[in-house]
Amino acid sequence: MSTHDLEDMGCGTSSSTKDRKSEKALKAALVIQNWYRGYSARLKARQRYALTIFQSIEYADEQGQLQLSNFFSFMLENYTQIHEKDPELVARLFGGTLQDAKDRQDYVSFVDVPDSYNGPRLQFPLTFTDIDLLVEAFKKQQILHAHYVLEVLFETKRVLKQMPNFTQVKTSPTKEITICGDLHGKLDDLFLIFYKNGLPSGSNSYIFNGDFVDRGKHSMEILMILFVSFLVYPNDLHLNRGNHEDFMMNLRYGFTKEILHKYKMHGKKILQILEDVYTWLPIGTIIDNEILVIHGGISESTDLNLLHRIERHKMKSVLMPPISVDEDHDADLRKTKTGANVVPREVKTNESPSEQLPKHEWEQVIDILWSDPRGKRGCYPNTSRGGGCYFGPDITSKILNKFQLKMLIRSHECKPEGYEICHDGKVVTVFSASNYYEEGSNRGAYIKLCCDMTPRFFQYQVTRATCSRPLYQRVNTMESSAIRILKERMLSRKTDLIRAFQLQDRSKSGKLSMGQWAFSMENTLGLNLPWRSLSPHLVTTDKNGNINYMSTFQDIHIQKPVKEAQSTLIETLYRYRSDLQIIFNVIDSDHSGLISMEEFRAMWKLFNSHYSIHIEDFQIDELAERMDLNKDGSIDFNEFLKAFYVVHKLEKLNKSDGQSP
Amino acid sequence: TELVVAEYHRKIKEAFEVFDHEANNTVDVREIGTIIRSLGCCPSEGELHDLIAEVEEEEPTGYIRYEKFLPVMTEVLLERRYRPIPEDTLLRAFEVLDPSKRGFLTREELIKYMTEEGEPFSQEEMEEMLSAAVDPESNSIHYKDYIAMMVVD
Repeated sequence: MSTHDLEDMGCGTSSSTKDRKSEKALKAALVIQNWYRGYSARLKARQRYALTIFQSIEYADEQGQLQLSNFFSFMLENYTQIHEKDPELVARLFGGTLQDAKDRQDYVSFVDVPDSYNGPRLQFPLTFTDIDLLVEAFKKQQILHAHYVLEVLFETKRVLKQMPNFTQVKTSPTKEITICGDLHGKLDDLFLIFYKNGLPSGSNSYIFNGDFVDRGKHSMEILMILFVSFLVYPNDLHLNRGNHEDFMMNLRYGFTKEILHKYKMHGKKILQILEDVYTWLPIGTIIDNEILVIHGGISESTDLNLLHRIERHKMKSVLMPPISVDEDHDADLRKTKTGANVVPREVKTNESPSEQLPKHEWEQVIDILWSDPRGKRGCYPNTSRGGGCYFGPDITSKILNKFQLKMLIRSHECKPEGYEICHDGKVVTVFSASNYYEEGSNRGAYIKLCCDMTPRFFQYQVTRATCSRPLYQRVNTMESSAIRILKERMLSRKTDLIRAFQLQDRSKSGKLSMGQWAFSMENTLGLNLPWRSLSPHLVTTDKNGNINYMSTFQDIHIQKPVKEAQSTLIETLYRYRSDLQIIFNVIDSDHSGLISMEEFRAMWKLFNSHYSIHIEDFQIDELAERMDLNKDGSIDFNEFLKAFYVVHKLEKLNKSDGQSP
Repeated sequence: TELVVAEYHRKIKEAFEVFDHEANNTVDVREIGTIIRSLGCCPSEGELHDLIAEVEEEEPTGYIRYEKFLPVMTEVLLERRYRPIPEDTLLRAFEVLDPSKRGFLTREELIKYMTEEGEPFSQEEMEEMLSAAVDPESNSIHYKDYIAMMVVD
């Protein structure tokens, strides 16, 4: 008989039996609830750990990007040596790319749209029909023809030029404004926002706070929708520049590749013009004279009055710092008898000193695009990213008060819930790319604002399946993705890691204590990760709790592109492959995918000395020669870099594994 | 034991830092439960409340400071308090709720027990549990299979 029956019978049984039964049920329920809460909490913790891994590696990469910029500065400083050997090389590297403004209209008219083209056809002057047309076309996976891309870019530049550095926006009780954060080429998120919140229009204003491109696969489509919407509603669709609206970032983070892939014939031209368009994007937006909307953040020296005045288009790339003409150089300048203000850069064809921002102005913009808020008071260099700073709540108060503002809305950082409020409500982060690192990693969000009312936050998450997967599956996916990239990072530093381990392993047992292992990992990789908690995923442990530190490398290795090449060489090239890719792309100014052996050697020598890599020149020569398969003196560097493919042994379930570990 | 304590300290610090979003040695009090559970402990809600009271400020701020959390958590680990539920205890608990030994609970039954008995689930917790536990075809929870699936952590 069930408990129900007993109850129905009423007084048929003694109350103590009933009590005992319900007491048992109570206890059972408690057990299940307790277990479930523990389980669920551990899932959430694993999710957080995975996010931390993604974030650390992302920022470490950005740091790598800035190191690359130092490399370019280093190159410029040593220009004389390069200049003597190959004057054209440097001119090509740093010379201006967009030749004439004149040839613009001519160029566009030379790009024909064939009758067979089935994609969307825009009609200038653009109207809201064109926005709709694009959205529908992109939903069907169509690609906008280069002719229209170029027209949109030229027109966007023309209109942006008329905009001030900070757009002033007013809201009213009948006119709210919606603020979106990073989209990073995730078109589905933009569609979802438009679905929930409506397309932009005269009565539906939007601010897009930078980082529209890179990483995701549809950066071009997002850019086109945003630019076309801007051209149709220039007073209601506001765009702020993000740190990824920068041609050098695009080289590393995927947009350049996307363009060259989708637009094989005209990609180069598109890239040239895009570089320019980026520089005309406004630095920020100010709502109702009280809310500042910028991509990154502020520093203690942020001067909005100055920022209003600078010539923003001279900020070509965040990663090409201007050579400073200041007191330090005066001594040298006086030595050159040519007089004041001569910067040793005659080699640059189009870039004279008047074409770049003064250093202090350049730094102001970097702070705006790269800084992150933190709980600690004060202002510190942003060491994870390598650019901008960390600013505390005191800095926020100081700057907001100084310029009579009430709130700062920014983006730039991925947040699990899509948004985050900090600094006592004065700083809001909004991030609009859901599932940014991996499916299930985070929600996206947007803010709706209206004068005097508290901001409202809307969250969403794009899911591929019609019903969302249970939490544990999503966490598993995220976690394995995070662990995978972490292992690849370990692999790229294998030699250094092993050296660090062996230093601690005096008895050469192949084992370390947890503390020793964690210390070596952090010291070598510098990622600030919870190594103890992550250890079960990365290494095996013996029954005494000691770590077999070589176990990580047993199921993962880099496939050697050439059998004879040494492991250290391979490892080094693997570690720097992103940097090399960028340098190659910069050298390869005609984007042919090929560079000459001479160029390769020259570049490698400089790279070698700047990064203090201990690889002999002849080793690189040998490798390069082997890569030059058709012996015509040119290297297809995409093939070269593709060769550094990491093999995760455990994933090759059915393939035979011929390589030795 | 000094070494053990030192290792516990580092473990606790790691777990704490992951949730310390502003890098100022504090975490939101609502995440304390997750942190404690991620360190392998399974306090009940009541026990969790007591723990929070121990680590909270005199005047609760909504944040827990690391300096207060560390000693309390270290003791919890040293005393091996709040050990997790063994698998067979969990199985027996389900069997108590299924006295006629059908091998499953209906969706309604699980909801009733989880939201009305013991330390009731919130709606969010209930939905989360159902999303993984319910077999869509029979609309019921085959608890043996469910446990087997969940315990592979």
